[in-house]
Amino acid sequence: MSIDHLLDEEQLALVEGVREFTQDVVAPVSAKHDKEKSFPYEVIDQMGEMGLFGLPIPEEYGGQGGDYFTLCLALEELAKVDQSVAITLEAGVSLGMMPILKYGTEEQKQQWLPALAEAKQLAGFGLTEPAAGSDAGGTQTKATLDNGTWTINGNKEFITNSGTDITSMVTVTAVTGQDEITTIIVPTDTPGFTAEPAYDKVGWNASDTHPLTLQDVQVPEENLLGERGRGFANFMGILDEGRVAIAALATGAAQGCVDESVRYAKTRTTFGRPIGENQGVSFKIARMQARAYAARSAYYAAAMKIVAGQPFKTEASIAKMVASEAAMDNARDATQIFGGYGFMNETLVARHYRDSKILEIGEGTTEVQLMLIARSLGL
Amino acid sequence: MKVVVLVKQVPDTYEKRSIALDTGMLAREASENIVDEIDERVCAVAAELKKAGTATEVVAVTMGPAGADKAIRKVLALAADSAVHIVDDGLAGSDMIQTARVLAEAAKDADLILSGAESTDGGGGMVPAMMAEILGRAHIPYADSIEVAEGSVTAVTNTDTQKLTLSAATPVVVSLTEKAGEPKLPNFKSIREAKKKDITVTSLADLGVAAGPGAAYVRNVMVSAAERPPKEAGVKVSGDTAATELVDFLATRHLI
Repeated sequence: MSIDHLLDEEQLALVEGVREFTQDVVAPVSAKHDKEKSFPYEVIDQMGEMGLFGLPIPEEYGGQGGDYFTLCLALEELAKVDQSVAITLEAGVSLGMMPILKYGTEEQKQQWLPALAEAKQLAGFGLTEPAAGSDAGGTQTKATLDNGTWTINGNKEFITNSGTDITSMVTVTAVTGQDEITTIIVPTDTPGFTAEPAYDKVGWNASDTHPLTLQDVQVPEENLLGERGRGFANFMGILDEGRVAIAALATGAAQGCVDESVRYAKTRTTFGRPIGENQGVSFKIARMQARAYAARSAYYAAAMKIVAGQPFKTEASIAKMVASEAAMDNARDATQIFGGYGFMNETLVARHYRDSKILEIGEGTTEVQLMLIARSLGL
Repeated sequence: MKVVVLVKQVPDTYEKRSIALDTGMLAREASENIVDEIDERVCAVAAELKKAGTATEVVAVTMGPAGADKAIRKVLALAADSAVHIVDDGLAGSDMIQTARVLAEAAKDADLILSGAESTDGGGGMVPAMMAEILGRAHIPYADSIEVAEGSVTAVTNTDTQKLTLSAATPVVVSLTEKAGEPKLPNFKSIREAKKKDITVTSLADLGVAAGPGAAYVRNVMVSAAERPPKEAGVKVSGDTAATELVDFLATRHLI
């Protein structure tokens, strides 16, 4: 159940296109990549061709000239069927490209954005560290500037899109002085930069996530992204937007669970009738649908504020929390409806069950969102 | 070179399709109408020709009820620079001959007319040939691939027994099989650009074509239409006699 009246003709056409793409190209290989924990290069390549990675990027940098809301709509469609593919897009755009677009120099934008917008390359954002998660200010990676060269040392954790064959750079946050955090662009072929072996995760198996080691990594001074010392403030802005994108992704997951459950409830029969004729099942699905709808309403509202240039921080937190909980709750219910089949890894609902937990953790845990919402109330 | 792409709106094959029993015509409201998939493949071919610089202008021509904008916009996003939509009450229930006459008139200034070999709904596969006949042009049917040069078109057509390489001077009508092109989804930039492109809505009077039963020199007439009879239960064969029963079943029907 979409909220069509809030979308214009072009957005509706895009949603339809992405839906078709998801069914034709993504769905047939999702279970395979999940099982093999392989990165879906062939899918990402076609998403690049379709312009999905360039959606909110202006045309002069090789993008599609859409906006952040449009990106969110695409994320929702993809996540109905494959959260790994959706998070690859989400991180590729909102963490990989948006920092360059927002804070980069003209030269940096020209250098990096066109190839990223076509998914010929991917970029990551190295923020989280062993001792700096929700408390991002606890960053320990250090960078020093000598004779026009940054030397960076440190470790990063859980960095999405940082180790694929097409990853070209990672923007890292580093301490550059007393209470001073700065963001610096590190091309992945720089000596001393290592993407360590991929994690063994509970879900998002086809998404590329690595710990990073930076040992005496040297990059030119001009790789500074944005103002020196503004790194913390800058990535907070990036995270706020990212939360809305994650909310869109989570809405897709929640809706994917509804769609799959409806299909199953109509075809699976027990005791001589489809299980959907039992209120024990139909009420469960009705509640799932309501959760997905509420999640969608919340992320639409937040995304529309972004596009209108209005403050959206609290809306982003609410959307992120509501949608990620909807995804997890719906995944649990859908798995229950599927019974034993829902416990089989190859089913979509089992994948959503494994994939959705991280939605309540990444881009600010539910607890961080509650903290921010409470703060907005003066508490 | 001006290329015209013929586009048909058809009921979504993934949805239930039905015939209105009172008219014998397709019940259009029964399912969502979409661009025929074969036409999306034709668009992919046209887009390649445009990219290569061979086609300087691509015009989509479609005939059908009003309200086909969504499908037309998709074609504009995929390949066409502009579109002509022929809308006229006199066209309701057109047979292939009438369709070919009207489309031929609308597409007559094209150097190359491209169409799908057969539509997904009617599946007649004769409209392109009829158009070629009406326009007095060569027709290359069921092409699996085409190469276009200035002034001529060469295409490969596979019959059951032969692979034919056929050439014709332009202007020419070519109908393409699904092997000719892979359908692509339009990107957002093309979707936005499509909104700015022109759709010319035209009528039979604008085209100077008469249509309807009075104007037909040959006409398909629907005599009657009936529900498809329900499927009858099959015959189960099992046990020792299964093979013999199966052979007998096939033999009595002269299938072996």
